[in-house]
Amino acid sequence: MDTYSLFRQIADSWVLLALFVFFISCILWAWRPGSRAQHQEASALIFRDEKTGCARECATCDCKPKLDMPHDNA
Amino acid sequence: MDYVKLAILAAVALLAAIAANLGHDLAYSVHALIIMLVAGGLFLWQVRRVDEVHAVPDTSGYMDGPVRYGVVATAFWGVTGFLVGVFIALQLAFPVLNFDWSEGMANFGRLRPLHTSAVVFAFGGNALIATSFYVVQRTSAARLWGGNMAWFVFWGYQLFIVLAATGYLLGSTQSKEYAEPEWYVDIWLTVVWLAYLAVFLGTIIRRREPHIYVANWFFLAFIVTVAMLHVVNNISIPVSLLGSKSVQVFAGVQDAMVQWWYGHNAVGFFLTAGFLGMMYYFVPKQAGRPVYSYKLSIIHFWALIFLYIWAGPHHLHYTALPDWAGTLGMVFSIVLWMPSWGGMINGLMTLEGAWDKIRTDPIIRIFVASLAFYGMSTFEGPVMSIRAVNSLSHYTDWTIGHVHSGALGWNGLITFGCLYFLTPRLWGRAKMYSEAAINWHFWLATIGIVLYAASMWVTGIMEGLMWREVDANGFLVNSFADTVAAKFPMYVVRAAGGGLYLAGALLMVWNMWMTVRAAPAREGAPNDAIPAE
Repeated sequence: MDTYSLFRQIADSWVLLALFVFFISCILWAWRPGSRAQHQEASALIFRDEKTGCARECATCDCKPKLDMPHDNA
Repeated sequence: MDYVKLAILAAVALLAAIAANLGHDLAYSVHALIIMLVAGGLFLWQVRRVDEVHAVPDTSGYMDGPVRYGVVATAFWGVTGFLVGVFIALQLAFPVLNFDWSEGMANFGRLRPLHTSAVVFAFGGNALIATSFYVVQRTSAARLWGGNMAWFVFWGYQLFIVLAATGYLLGSTQSKEYAEPEWYVDIWLTVVWLAYLAVFLGTIIRRREPHIYVANWFFLAFIVTVAMLHVVNNISIPVSLLGSKSVQVFAGVQDAMVQWWYGHNAVGFFLTAGFLGMMYYFVPKQAGRPVYSYKLSIIHFWALIFLYIWAGPHHLHYTALPDWAGTLGMVFSIVLWMPSWGGMINGLMTLEGAWDKIRTDPIIRIFVASLAFYGMSTFEGPVMSIRAVNSLSHYTDWTIGHVHSGALGWNGLITFGCLYFLTPRLWGRAKMYSEAAINWHFWLATIGIVLYAASMWVTGIMEGLMWREVDANGFLVNSFADTVAAKFPMYVVRAAGGGLYLAGALLMVWNMWMTVRAAPAREGAPNDAIPAE
C-alpha cells in the first residue's frame, strides 16, 4: 500500500475516533457533577487583586473582593 | 558575558555589512543594512555598559515594561496601518494616486500587503503580545519568566515588522497572502515566536495560582498554533543565501491548500483565539463581574480549536481542489457558527444584571460593540463558505467587507477597549484623561465600520451579479471595466468610512498621550504579585 493510502486509512479510522472521543470527553468533563463550585472559583480568580492596600496581609485584611456572583450557572 | 555579547554583535554587524554589499537584490541589501545598523547600535549600547555595576532589577512585582512598550507600539502601528488602508482605498477610487514617481514602490500592489500586515501582525500582534503578557502575570500571580527574554520578544517582533514592511515596498514577497515575507524574515519570526512561547509557558509553569484561567488557554492555543502554521506554510528553499528569492516546497494545489489552511487559521487562531483571550479577561474585569458561564467558556475553547483547523478549504471552492475537501471545509465552517455564537453570548451575558453599564461606561460600550461585530462576522463567514453563496461572493468586494467587519469591528474595537483599560493602569493614572473622547472614538469607529461594510456589501453583490449576467445568446453582458466604473461611488464611501475609523484612532492616541502626561495619579497602585489564598 502506498504511503498516502496508508495514512489516509489511519486518519479515517483510529485518529478520527481518538480525536472525537477526546473532544467529547473534554465537554463531558466540563459538565461533570461538582464542577460548578470550581468553575465559580475560577471565574472569580481575576478579581483577587481588586482590593488595594492589603497586599499579602490577608490575615489582617479581607483580600477577597466583594463580588455579588450574578451568574449562578458558572 | 558582556564580551561574548559584544563579539556576537560585532560578528553579526560585519556579516550583515558583507551581505549588504554582495546582495543580489535591493530588498536583501536594504534588509542587511537594517540588520547591520541594529547590531551596530546594540554593540555601542553594550560597549558603554561594559564592566559597569548593573543595578539588580526589582523582580518582586510584575514585569510591565514590555507591556507598556507593547501598548505604545499597538497604538503606533494601528494608526500607521489605518493610514495606509485609507490611502489604498483612495487609490482604488482615484487611480491617479498611484503616482508615476512612486511607481514600483508605493502603488496599490505594493502597499496592499503593507496595509494587511501592518494591521494584522503589527497592530494586532503587538496588542496580543502586550495583553497576553499582562493577563498571564495577573492570572498566574507570577512575574514573566525568562528575565529579559520578554524584551527580546518585543524588540525582535518590531524588527520582524520593519523587515516585512520594507520588503513589501521593495518587492520582496513569496506571494502567499498574509505570509508574504521571504525566507530569512520567516526564520527570524520563528526564533522570536519560540521565545514568546517560552516566556508565556514559563510564566504559566511557575504560577502560584492552581487554576489556569481560560484566557490563558486561548492565548496558548494562539501561540502554539501560529507557530505550527507559520513553519509549515513557509517551508521554502532560498535560491541563494545572498538573495531574498525562495522557492516553495509544496507545488500546485497542495501549495494552495497549505496556504489556506494557514490563511484561515491565521484568522481562527491569531484574530479569533488570541483576541478571545483578551475578551475573557478584559470584559469581565471592566464589567466588574465574572464571566457569564465558565463552563461555556471551556466548551467554547475546545469546540473552537477542534473545528477551526478544518475550515480552510472553503477558500478554494471551484478550483483544482477536490470537491470532498471543499465540502469538508464548508461543513466545518457552518458548524463553527455554534462555538462562535456561544462565545459571543458568553461575553455579552457577562453584563447580565448590569446592562446600564453600556450607557454609563464607554469602554464597556466598545467591548459590547466588538462582540456584536464578532457575532455578525462569524455569522456572515459560514454563509459565505457555502459553495452556492461563494460562487457569487468570491473574488468580489463582499469578501473585503466581511473581513473588515471582523477586523475593524471585532479585533479593532476590542483592542481599543483593552488600550483604554490598560493605559491608566500601566502608567498609574486614576482613569483615562477624557471620557468624552472615548465616546467620540466609539461613534467615529462604529459609523466608519458601518459605512465600510455596507458599501462593500452593495458593491460586492452588484459586482458578482454583473460578472455572471448573460444575455439571451449566452454572452456576458458586462466587461470587467464596466464593474470597475459602477463601483466608484461605493469606493468613495468606503474610503470615507476608513477615514472616520482613522480619525477615531487618532483621537485615542491623543487621549492616551494626555492620560500619561496629565491625568491625576492613581492612589496606591498595587503592582505586587498576589496569589489567591
